[in-house]
Amino acid sequence: MRSMEMNGTEMMQAKTKKRWSDSTWARVGLYTLTRLTALFFTVVVAIYLTILIANMGGAMDDIRTSMIRENISMAMSMDPEMRQLSSGERNVMIQDAIRIEIARLGLDQPFPLRSVRYLSNALLLDLGRAEYLTSDAGSRQVKLIILERLPPTLLLFATSNLLLFFITLFAALFLSRRYGSTLDKIVVALAPTSAAPSWFYGIFLILLFAGIWGVLPFGGMVGAPPPPTTWAYSLSVLRHLILPVMALTLAALFLQIYSWRTFFLIYSSEDYVEMAKAKGLSSSAIERRYILRPTLPTILTSFTLGLITMWMGGVVTETIFNWPGLGSLIYAAATMPDTPVVVGSVVIYAYLLAASVFVLDIMYAVVDPRVKVGGGSRS
Amino acid sequence: MTGLKRAFLNLIQYPSAVAGLVIILLLVALAVYTLISLPYSEAVRLWRGADNVWLENPRNAVPAWYNLFPRVNVPVTTVVDSRDHPEAVRGEELGGGVQDVQVSLPFEFPYDGFPKEVTVFLTADFQRQRPNLDLSWHTPDGRSIRLSTVIPGHTETYRVSQDARLLRQLRTRNVERGLFGDPGAEHAVPAQGTYELLVEGLTFEEGSSFSARLVVYGQAHGLAGTDHRRRDLVVALMWGTPLALAFGFLAAMGSSITTMFIAAFGVWYGRWLDGLIQRITETNMILPVLPILIMIGTMYSRSIWYILGAVIALSIFSAGIKTYRAMFLQVKEAPYIEAARAYGASNVRIVVRYMVPKIIPVLIPGFVVLIPSFVFLEATLALLGLGDPILPTWGKVLNDANANGALHNGHYYWVLLPAFLLMLTGLGFSMVGFALDRIFNPRLRGI
Repeated sequence: MRSMEMNGTEMMQAKTKKRWSDSTWARVGLYTLTRLTALFFTVVVAIYLTILIANMGGAMDDIRTSMIRENISMAMSMDPEMRQLSSGERNVMIQDAIRIEIARLGLDQPFPLRSVRYLSNALLLDLGRAEYLTSDAGSRQVKLIILERLPPTLLLFATSNLLLFFITLFAALFLSRRYGSTLDKIVVALAPTSAAPSWFYGIFLILLFAGIWGVLPFGGMVGAPPPPTTWAYSLSVLRHLILPVMALTLAALFLQIYSWRTFFLIYSSEDYVEMAKAKGLSSSAIERRYILRPTLPTILTSFTLGLITMWMGGVVTETIFNWPGLGSLIYAAATMPDTPVVVGSVVIYAYLLAASVFVLDIMYAVVDPRVKVGGGSRS
Repeated sequence: MTGLKRAFLNLIQYPSAVAGLVIILLLVALAVYTLISLPYSEAVRLWRGADNVWLENPRNAVPAWYNLFPRVNVPVTTVVDSRDHPEAVRGEELGGGVQDVQVSLPFEFPYDGFPKEVTVFLTADFQRQRPNLDLSWHTPDGRSIRLSTVIPGHTETYRVSQDARLLRQLRTRNVERGLFGDPGAEHAVPAQGTYELLVEGLTFEEGSSFSARLVVYGQAHGLAGTDHRRRDLVVALMWGTPLALAFGFLAAMGSSITTMFIAAFGVWYGRWLDGLIQRITETNMILPVLPILIMIGTMYSRSIWYILGAVIALSIFSAGIKTYRAMFLQVKEAPYIEAARAYGASNVRIVVRYMVPKIIPVLIPGFVVLIPSFVFLEATLALLGLGDPILPTWGKVLNDANANGALHNGHYYWVLLPAFLLMLTGLGFSMVGFALDRIFNPRLRGI
């Protein structure tokens, strides 16, 4: 977030310098600044809400305090050296140790005060330490746990999103040219199948490919034991990747093709497309210049939003396929509940989402000449 | 009214919409039938398995209609009770109050598969001295196998399948193979024909008697099979229907109508209210819905109605608000709104009576498509183990199946039946929704 703030101040400086020379830049700067402020504000509120929910509005601390109390009393009463003391003295020592531990974790402060500290830590990406979960390497640091889970999620979701994006785009263009054909009708009829989420298809795919035919693994990311050579290892990962990617793609495929195709059809009935056809332009040129160009902002939005959801992973899909990604981490953390891990993942997600929304705003202005930045209500 | 009628006439032009309507009607009929035939408290009691209601059901049995497939002939559960067959009981007085009683329980076994379990439930009637019972098994090929001697209390369960001594004596992989196996066959196949369980007993008191109930658990049971706790899945599948429909409908209703009104008021009053609504929406879009629902489920309550409230609350300020806002901005400028203002209509009246009705047609397709998405959301939460603790839903059946490795162990019916109902619901509503979209959305007309 720091870098984003810096960006904002730079922009502001740029704005103040050029205000007198070029009013467009002033508008761009002001717009950027308001957008950034609004986005930052939303991120702060969203993260604070998450902190409140994940701490049960402070009730989580009672659980933590009683756990400390129990652990310390257990440890001290088991300690043979403590047995020498009288029960009164032992009690005093136990109470002291508990008080020190509670103060060390800051649990003696009232929750509203602490929630603000949690918030500022989270905003500064100081994600702290997990309560129960550890990374596979054994670290309790939330940052390391998340970083460890990120590559599998990115692998899975990048593969399926790219696949989905390109398949749907080309299939939709193809179908919009052959509007009304049998293939087109089949896709339209199949569009309602996307009512089911990807885990639903995942179950079927596991049933067919792993259960009945036994050709692909039930789940996991790599065979057990992991193959020793890099080549065999990646081959094994690839085999495990097929079913989850298929599930993620299949769940969205027909609806996406359908909506893109409809979208392109609406645009290809515009007058300027008719005009281009009349001029005798080739169909690929028409597609490129008169259909894809005006729909570029929408395509970009959908692609970027697809990329964002990728960071969150698919909680259920990853759980069903036993995929060691962020989604299954969030599930494990939310059920435990391991508050720091939940808050940490949400913080990262919120930042990424805010950053992409911001980038999208800028991209709109770049690719769509009709978008006048800072115009409209402000001028 | 004529508008609605026209929309309906338009709708039945689409074959997929007709199919969707038929599916929805069937589901609603099933839901109503369930509510009438199986009251709430009864469903909860059955699903909890209180009072051993499922005692005579096999575990993990496939649906009985599997036997309709060619070359499938798996056993269904056979129950023979001596109390239902008075002629099976033969007694002989031996003097001194001692009686020699023979109970013969014959049954037909015309199947190609082995039963899952064999259990004898015994009851005995006596004052102080328990009867002494000898159980033996007679196969169609004339062999007779001594099972065990039982000295029953007032009620006694003799689990033949778990008798370790019998298994040692039979020297087969399990007791069922020993009792039902055809000794002449090369592979383990059951011998078909009439089997008989013979209970020979001595009672030692005047008026003392006993009864035996033989249960040969089959591999198939009922319309939907059973789960790992012998529960009949029909209960869950039937009760899942009204719950899924109610959850989907209420969530879609609650979120879309509230969203619409909030968007309308925001647009009408404008200024800070509109800005506030926009900011709340953006904040809500950052909040990760599923993890928050998981946390609510683990930390607060798992009741389906509590979760429903949370779902509605989280989806009120969703992306939909932006769509409605864009539409309301256009509606706000319409001349008839100005006319309403001119005759002195109040703000609330303008919003509720003039602005909202204008966009309801646009809302309906989205609303219909929203229903299955909430049905699946409930299933998703149940699959993650956050289903309602007492109510049976489709998602909970899937969760049980998943947790007990149904796919690994080949219990496919356990996954397929709830999945089929979920898919049916999803398809029914979205087929109607897609057709409605084409009718109400003028840009899509003819495409």
